[in-house]
Amino acid sequence: MENTVQLEEQFNAKLDKGEFIEPKDWMPEKYRKTLIRQISQHAHSEIIGMQPEGNWITRAPSLRRKAVLLAKVQDEAGHGLYLYSAAETMGISRDELLDQLHTGKAKYSSIFNYQTLTWADMGAVGWLVDGAAIINQVMLQRTSYGPYSRAMVRICKEESFHQRQGYEIMCALAAGTPEQKAMAQDALNRWWWPTLMMFGPKDSESKNSTDSIRWKIKRETNDELRQKFIDRTVAQAEHLGLVIPDPELKWNEERGHYDSGEINWEEFWNVVEGRGPCNHIRLKVRVAAHENGAWVREAANAYAAKKAKREAGSLVA
Amino acid sequence: MSVNSQQALFEYALRLGDNALILGHRLSEWTANGPILEEDIALTNIALDLVGQSRMLLSYAGEIEGKGRTEDDLAYYRQSAEFRNALLTETDNGDFAQTIARQLFYSVFADQLLQGLQKSTDATFAGYAAKAIKENAYHLRHAAEWTLRLGDGTDESKRRMQEGVDKLWMFTGDLFATTEADMQLVSAGIVPDVSTFREAWLKRVSDVLTEATLTVPESNWFQSGSRNGIHTEALSYLLGEMQSLARAYPGANW
Repeated sequence: MENTVQLEEQFNAKLDKGEFIEPKDWMPEKYRKTLIRQISQHAHSEIIGMQPEGNWITRAPSLRRKAVLLAKVQDEAGHGLYLYSAAETMGISRDELLDQLHTGKAKYSSIFNYQTLTWADMGAVGWLVDGAAIINQVMLQRTSYGPYSRAMVRICKEESFHQRQGYEIMCALAAGTPEQKAMAQDALNRWWWPTLMMFGPKDSESKNSTDSIRWKIKRETNDELRQKFIDRTVAQAEHLGLVIPDPELKWNEERGHYDSGEINWEEFWNVVEGRGPCNHIRLKVRVAAHENGAWVREAANAYAAKKAKREAGSLVA
Repeated sequence: MSVNSQQALFEYALRLGDNALILGHRLSEWTANGPILEEDIALTNIALDLVGQSRMLLSYAGEIEGKGRTEDDLAYYRQSAEFRNALLTETDNGDFAQTIARQLFYSVFADQLLQGLQKSTDATFAGYAAKAIKENAYHLRHAAEWTLRLGDGTDESKRRMQEGVDKLWMFTGDLFATTEADMQLVSAGIVPDVSTFREAWLKRVSDVLTEATLTVPESNWFQSGSRNGIHTEALSYLLGEMQSLARAYPGANW
């Protein structure tokens, strides 16, 4: 018991000095659990996030856009891989994590339960969704767990390319025909509020926030990050000549920030609890890919085992 | 350049570009559906290489034609009968084994073709080949390794791999189809004579299949037609999807 107290003191001292916690270091069980939950949710989000954009790869309206979108979705799969690896350093396997995803035990970002209905959604997802993700991820580069922080440094570089490509799609649409501009505005209308929801519940109602801040897993609160996103995005929308669908959005001189309208939290919780437009289909597609691939994974394992046996045999001979 | 040889070169550039575009498109259908995350990445990566190749080749085709058509005009505003890709490239993905069989057949052929094109007297073809041959070496290795794993893996994977090989075999002959116009280009040292590749192709493919404990199909009956724009039913569906958005907004910039 005393030992644990001592270890916890050392752990806290490390955090206070701003040092990273590394896989072999002692850590409180709850810290480990919180991180596994957060890193795996993040990994699952990357993997599920391939679907709404993968939707449009086969219909991309130019070869250049097709190539860029392919590259982006490929990056997301890569991010999923680094993040699963980071989670594995905490003593859980990728198979277990995937199983949690497939059985609905683990969550992924609710934003991917929204539909991508038009090409402009490729722009809005890159600009808004990746833009919101970057704000969160830039903060996570300084997260206290070393492997997570290092994965984030790599991921952030690619995410800023993703956001740029999304914004560039929006620029092309906004400068295009009236139909294209209307398509861009429609995408902004549909994605604005769900994007704000990505930062999670209000600070006053966030049950995971306090511990995460204390352990320096998170360094800024949901509301602070959301404000940062809004402040940053308003000018970008103005530059596009598009209107953010919030009549209460207004610069507040005194606060030095934009004031904004209330998020529809009823929608937020319903989507989190499985009643978004695509919760069912996203999971179904993921599970189908996994199940349809089972024989491939079995074959790869069987082949590797045979090969190892043959090589061992030839060494003996 | 005579009108005839310009037309021949245009057709050839289209063929190369269409092969890359249509196969790349097919592989992109695997995105988010792969059997394992690493394969999602690998197949998407190969798709990306091929789409990149198609852009270069279709742009070049547009230049040769001299009517101001861009890569996108050629990709999005031709009908299936105007496409020149080999039948093999448009076949549906099937299961992972069938996709791998297609990749093996195509990448061995592409390796031969690109080796020949590297020596082309046409600087654009030679430059394209020098770049693409490196990409294709990876595609070929990927396909050959998976053929081994699946052929010599489990009973189920062996059955599926053999089925994929058997099903696609009749589409491989069309890879080597040569037109009279091609022969003009061959004489001018612009392209290799692909009709001479067949034996070496069969040898290389057979070596991989045999090592994978699979049976090399014996049938000598092959489908043909792509050089005259006669495709399988699958292509019009593929194009219907690929071209839908671009055609819904003609003249728009994206």
